[in-house]
Order: sequence, then C-alpha cells, then structure tokens
Amino acid sequence: MPSKKNNYKLMQGNEAVAQGAIDGGVRFFAGYPITPATEIAEILSNKLPEVGGKFIQMEDEIGSIAAIIGASIGGVKSLTATSGPGFSLMQENIGFACIAEIPIVIVNVMRGGPSTGLPTSPSQGDVMQARWGTHGDHPIIVLSASNVYQAYLLTIKAINFSEKYRNPVILLLDEVVAHMRARVLLPKKDEIEVLERIKPTVPPEWYVPYENNLTGVPPMAAFGDGYRYHVTGLVHDEKGFPTSKPDEVERGLRRIFEKIEKGFHEICMVKYHYLEDADFCIVAYGSVVLSSLSAIEELRKEGIKVGLLELNTLFPFPRFAFDKVLNFGIKGFLVPEMNLGQIYREVVRVTERKVPVKKFNKIYGELITPDEIIKEIKKF
Amino acid sequence: MLSNKQLLEKYLRHDKKFPHLWCPGCGNGTILHAILLAIDAIGLKKDEIAMISGIGCSGRTPVYVDFNTLHTTHGRAVAFATGLKLAKPSLHVIVVMGDGDASAIGGNHLIHACRRNIDMTAIIYNNSIYGMTGGQYSPTTPYHAKATTATHGNIERPFDLAELVKTAGATFVARSTTYHVRQLTNLIEKALLHKGFSVVEVITHCPTTFGRRNKMPDPVTMVKWEKEIAVPIEKAKNMKPEELEGKITTGILVEKELPEYCEQYEEIIRQRMKKAKRGTKK
Amino acid sequence: MKERVEIRLAGTGGQGLITAGIILAEAAILDGKNVVQSQSYGPEARGGASKAEVIISDREIYYPKTSNPDILLAMSQEACNKYFNDLKPGGILIVDSTFITNVPSSSAYQIPITKMTIEKLKKPVFANIVALGILCEITKIVTRKSLTKAVLERVPEAFIEQNKKALQLGFRLAKKELKNRKEPEEFTADE
Repeated sequence: MPSKKNNYKLMQGNEAVAQGAIDGGVRFFAGYPITPATEIAEILSNKLPEVGGKFIQMEDEIGSIAAIIGASIGGVKSLTATSGPGFSLMQENIGFACIAEIPIVIVNVMRGGPSTGLPTSPSQGDVMQARWGTHGDHPIIVLSASNVYQAYLLTIKAINFSEKYRNPVILLLDEVVAHMRARVLLPKKDEIEVLERIKPTVPPEWYVPYENNLTGVPPMAAFGDGYRYHVTGLVHDEKGFPTSKPDEVERGLRRIFEKIEKGFHEICMVKYHYLEDADFCIVAYGSVVLSSLSAIEELRKEGIKVGLLELNTLFPFPRFAFDKVLNFGIKGFLVPEMNLGQIYREVVRVTERKVPVKKFNKIYGELITPDEIIKEIKKF
Repeated sequence: MLSNKQLLEKYLRHDKKFPHLWCPGCGNGTILHAILLAIDAIGLKKDEIAMISGIGCSGRTPVYVDFNTLHTTHGRAVAFATGLKLAKPSLHVIVVMGDGDASAIGGNHLIHACRRNIDMTAIIYNNSIYGMTGGQYSPTTPYHAKATTATHGNIERPFDLAELVKTAGATFVARSTTYHVRQLTNLIEKALLHKGFSVVEVITHCPTTFGRRNKMPDPVTMVKWEKEIAVPIEKAKNMKPEELEGKITTGILVEKELPEYCEQYEEIIRQRMKKAKRGTKK
Repeated sequence: MKERVEIRLAGTGGQGLITAGIILAEAAILDGKNVVQSQSYGPEARGGASKAEVIISDREIYYPKTSNPDILLAMSQEACNKYFNDLKPGGILIVDSTFITNVPSSSAYQIPITKMTIEKLKKPVFANIVALGILCEITKIVTRKSLTKAVLERVPEAFIEQNKKALQLGFRLAKKELKNRKEPEEFTADE
C-alpha cells in the first residue's frame, strides 16, 4: 500500500465519470449545461480534444442525445450527461437508439424532482424513468454508481455494454456521488477492459445490418465505411427497411430483448456485503450504499447481524441475487431509498414476500443517514 | 448527363422499396430527382454521402436512395446530422426536412445549426402543410389558408423560411420551387459545393391535403401557382414591397464565406494534442 | 489519530471555502490518510450560504456527510449560528471575528481572519488559505508540509508567492492565539 500512496488522487464523482469516458474510449460528447451534471461536460470539453475527441454544447438535451446517436453511427463511441429535466427531454431518442440499436451512454445525475425540483439536492427519483421513460416496450440497461471509484469503473462498463449489446446504457449517479470527492487509486490502463463494437467483415453486398445471429447482436458498420444501409426509428426488417408485416415486426422486436436476456448474468452486477451470517439484508444503490455500510459497522458492533446487497445494475433487475440472499437465511429486507419506493417494489416482486420487505424513504433532498437505517433495522 | 433511367438505376435502392408512398402528383419526387441530378453532376461517391431525414413525407426520402441513410425522429434530423458530421467530417451530409419538421418541432435545432456553420446541406420541402398526418396547418401555412386544424382559416402568420435561416446565420441560402426544376437542381448543386451550412428551401405542392382545401385541387394548378408567385431575386431587388406582396423570391439569397465548424474544431484538436504531447514529455 | 475526524468549513459563497475543503482533503491524502470531501451550496455563484465538509480517517470512509463535526470553521455569523449546535461536545470552533461578533462559545478560537488578510496581503481572496493555515496549526489535522504542498499544487503559478505568504500568516495568527490561550495569566508587553 505505501508504495501506491503517491498515485492516490482526490477525485469528484463527475470527474471520475469524465475520466472513465476518456479511458473507455469515448471520443464524442454532446451535452447541455445542467446542475448537478455540468462538471462532466466542462471536463470533457477540455480533455476530449487532447485525445483527438470532440465536444459540442447543443441547443438542448434533445439535440444532445440526437448528436451522440449520429456520432455513434459515424463509428465513434459517444456519451452524454444530464440531470432530471434534461433526462426527460432525452427520452424520445433513447427509444430511437433502442430500436435502431445504436450504442450510446447517458449519464443521469439524479436531483430532486419532479420538474425543476431541487436542482442541487440528491434524489433517486429517476429510477423507473430510466427503465420506462421512453414510450413502447424497449430493452434497456441501467447501472448505478455508489461511490467515486465506481463512477469511474461503471462508466467504462456502461460504454462496454452499450458497444457489446448495441443498446443505450443509462448510468445513474445521485448528486451525492456526483459531487463528493474521495481518495481514489485508478487502475492502470492495462488493467481496464475496453470493448469495441463488432464491425461487419463480409463484403458490403452481403451485409444484413439487422440480421439475427447467435448473439442476437448484429455487427455494426459505420456510415462512410462502404456499407450503405438504412437506419430508422420505424420498426424494420433485417435489412433495416421499414416493415409492418407481423412476423417481421415480432422477430425484430423480440430479438432486441433477447440479446439483453442472453447477457443477463454479465450485465447484472451486485455486491454482497456481510451477508453470509446476516439476519437482515439492506438492499441499496447509489450513495445510500455508503450510509448502509456505516450503519452496518455500528449495528454489528452491537451484535445485530446485518448485511447489504449493493445493486450496481438496476435493470435488468438482478433477481438471481435475491435467491442467493434468501438462501443465506435472511429474515427480512430493508430497502432505503431517496424516492418513495421505486426499487422496493422490484424487491417485493422478485422475493414474492417470502420474508418481510420494508422500505425507508426520504424525499426532501438529503442523504439517508446511518442512524436512520439503524433505527429501521432495529424495528424488525 | 445521365438519362432518367440511368439515374434511377445508379442511385435508387431496388430491393422491395417500391412503389414509394408519396401520393400521385406529389412534389417530393421532383425534389429527389433534382437532388440526384445535382449529386451526379458533382460526381459525389455514394459511399461518401449520408442522407438524413426527420418525420413526415419528406422523411421517407432516404429509404429510396442508395446512400448511407438515416431516418430520425421528428424535427431532430439536423441534430443527428451534427453528431455524424463531427464524427466523420469526410461525409457529405444532406439533411432533408419538411416545413413542420424543420421549423416547428425542429426549429431550434435548425437555427443553431445555421449559427454554427457546420458543413452540411439542408433541403427543406416546404409544402405549407402537415401532409402525412392529413393536412394540419404548419408554420408556413399562408395566412387565412385552410387546414384540418384551421377550418376557419389560419390566423397565424407564416414563417419565411429562407429569411429565418438567413437571419440565423446560414452562409448559403437559396430558394426555388418544384416548377423551376433546372434552377432547383443548379441551386442544390451550389449548396452541396458550399463550405458551411447551406439551406435550400423548395416550395413544393401537396394537392392532396393543401391544394384540395385551398382552391388548387390538382397538381397542375398548384405547379402553376408556384410559377406565378416566384420572382427571381435579381428582379425582386427593383420591385416595390407592395409588388412583392404574396410573392416569393428565388435564387441564391445568401452566399458568404465564414469559418466552418469542423475545420475550426480540427484546429483546436491539433493544438491541444500538440500541447498535451509536450506536457507528457516534461 | 481517531477513526474518523469530521471538519466543516462554512460561510458565504465566494469566500473560497469549497476550494479550501479540496485543498485540505488533498493535504490529508499527502499525509497518507483516507479522505472524503463534499459540499453544499445555494443556487447563487456568489453570496448565499456555502459549506464544505472534509472527513479524514485512517480507515475506509463510507457515509460521506458530517452530522456532528469535530471541527467547525465559521466565516459568517449566519453559518456560525446555523452550525454551532452540530459541533461535537468538546469540538473545536474557529471563527473569523471579522464577521462574527456574536460568538456562541467562550472556548472558540476568535481570529479576525479576513481583516488580517486584507491588512497583510491587500486582498480578501486569500482569506481561505489563511484560514487553512490557522486550522492546520490549531488542530494538527494535516501536517504543515502536506498542506503547503497541496496549496501550491492547486493555485496558479502567478499566485504562488502570495499563497505562501497567506499560509504563513495563518500559521502565525494561530500560534499567537494558541500562545494567548496557554498562558492567559501572563502578560507579555513586547507583542
């Protein structure tokens, strides 16, 4: 440890996202200023040109997400960052990226809502919006960072997943994680796995842009690479041309869900903390993980055996983790959230109330404290 | 010059995309023809062309042509195109939009693209109406004209699109009609060759949803109307405002050179990379 | 050191307290400590309440907020009134007596930070660095060496000299205050 001492850095959550974007290979960012996500844009506007990348400040968040989809079609890894009101504006084109299967990453730093809400305060109110915000059935991957170091790692994961599965990935931070600074030791470049999207190797005349192969993820040609094809937000056939034939529609739409299903275990990331001997399990994500860990330290000092299931992936919802936790002999779940129970309902759904599931909610723009969690656990 | 047959064979997609969905007598085919003639005259390679559209009748243009084609969401074509152009500056980016697409739902994206002077060509099919949804009034529907959402006559004053983009800073602005096909082809060609953000507004006709409700029930009447209202800009300069009432000016309305966005950005990258390199050497 | 030491720097926007919090955190890292820094501020860029928090520990730090700080530096009367009651029993209170006339505790360190900064360095903008020097000298929460290094790494080259002077001024003011406290009975005429 002491030998690494000099490489420790004080880093802000948003800064970690920006660094993760660069290290994950993002070379295009389009965004619009919004608290509490603006630092990501500021840092990338400065750093991207140094690595040959580009930044543009668009006229709004609708334009921002449109621009990153366009850039991704041009073959460049692309990311945008925003917060609640901007995230709402982006919903339209999240759906476009889902159906056209364009890899993009959207970082949403959650602040209090609805509407303009509490611009400088934390919240976890956008969880279900991240899952279902755009219209129509659609596949989505939603990750959640619990601390600064994870904000870095999960940004790279989000980029990797988006490229591998050709699907938009949403990374949720809350204002606490985004704005806190912590001591971090970033991994060395060769310790980071960075994935590139699969490109077609067949001659252009053989290229079927939306073909169904074993992985469910068709190779993606960039515009200008000699594969002239059509990209549309309309439901399309394997060649990319609009169709309303029931069999083609069904096949195309099923495939985009199945490709995510096939990656379910890789995509669903959780951490088990102190659960082997635990009587109670806290289920948390985002900055509430930090409060939970502090609470667990105190509770265990008192001899109360509590563990934590930390969710780094929110959607697809990591249901297998709950089977595992139940097998530990857990007597109850507590789901503390800075919303009125958006993940709580998911926990109830997957555990089918085999043991009691309780919620603790705080919606006035302050982080849940360890004391509050301790109090709730003691009520079991 | 290629014959029509040769032109179609060279540039259109032939797998399952025809017949097209435009109504008989629609002006969109005329515009597409002019675009293809202009592309052929310049000799642009198909691989190097990206055609991007929004939603509406104009939005269906890209699906028929054998380029890199992108059919985006309503109004957002210019924003998608901005990202694509920045990612791949070697592409010739052509954005086709309708009047509602470009100036209502996408108006904000359009004016900011004009201001940035990013090198692409926007071709606006202005048929004064929302055609695909059945004839609702748009930002360019004339004052007192009728539409399904203005059965009493439109009480909103229309945008002059060419004037709008001119004011927003487009460095090339031209206007023509589907009657003046030669001029239109020529203007699109000039727009494609222009370095910077170029806009060609094409006055076109929708006999089905606009003409029928506004005493021009057939395509011939509508094309004649286009012929009558068009005044070449050179001629218009010597005319009084009252003489120009109800007319539109045609030809090149703006042509100027200003720094292009991608080129400026490439210069920033060159400098910053040089500086970063020096920094690491230290 | 203790497991977890919580420091709160509070005042008004524009006093540079968030920067001070960052510098303090960086100094702690240089000392080999674990650290978390956070802040809250109003929507205004200048004026309005501003608060930076730093937690320093030898161990892993989870919960990133301070509820009962061990150390409170208050640079406005409003901040002092608002946060004094949060201070842990036996906690250290340092106030800028330039702005704080109504001091809630007789054990507070009262130093006219901003006034002395203007007097010695001509500009109030260095008051945050002076305050850091004072905080360091009184609480020993970070070493002088690390703090100096952290300050100099943060500030633009053109302002290095003035920041060095600001730190020195802070150290001196604190020493003087500490000396006054240790020997309250003795009267020294030569000061």
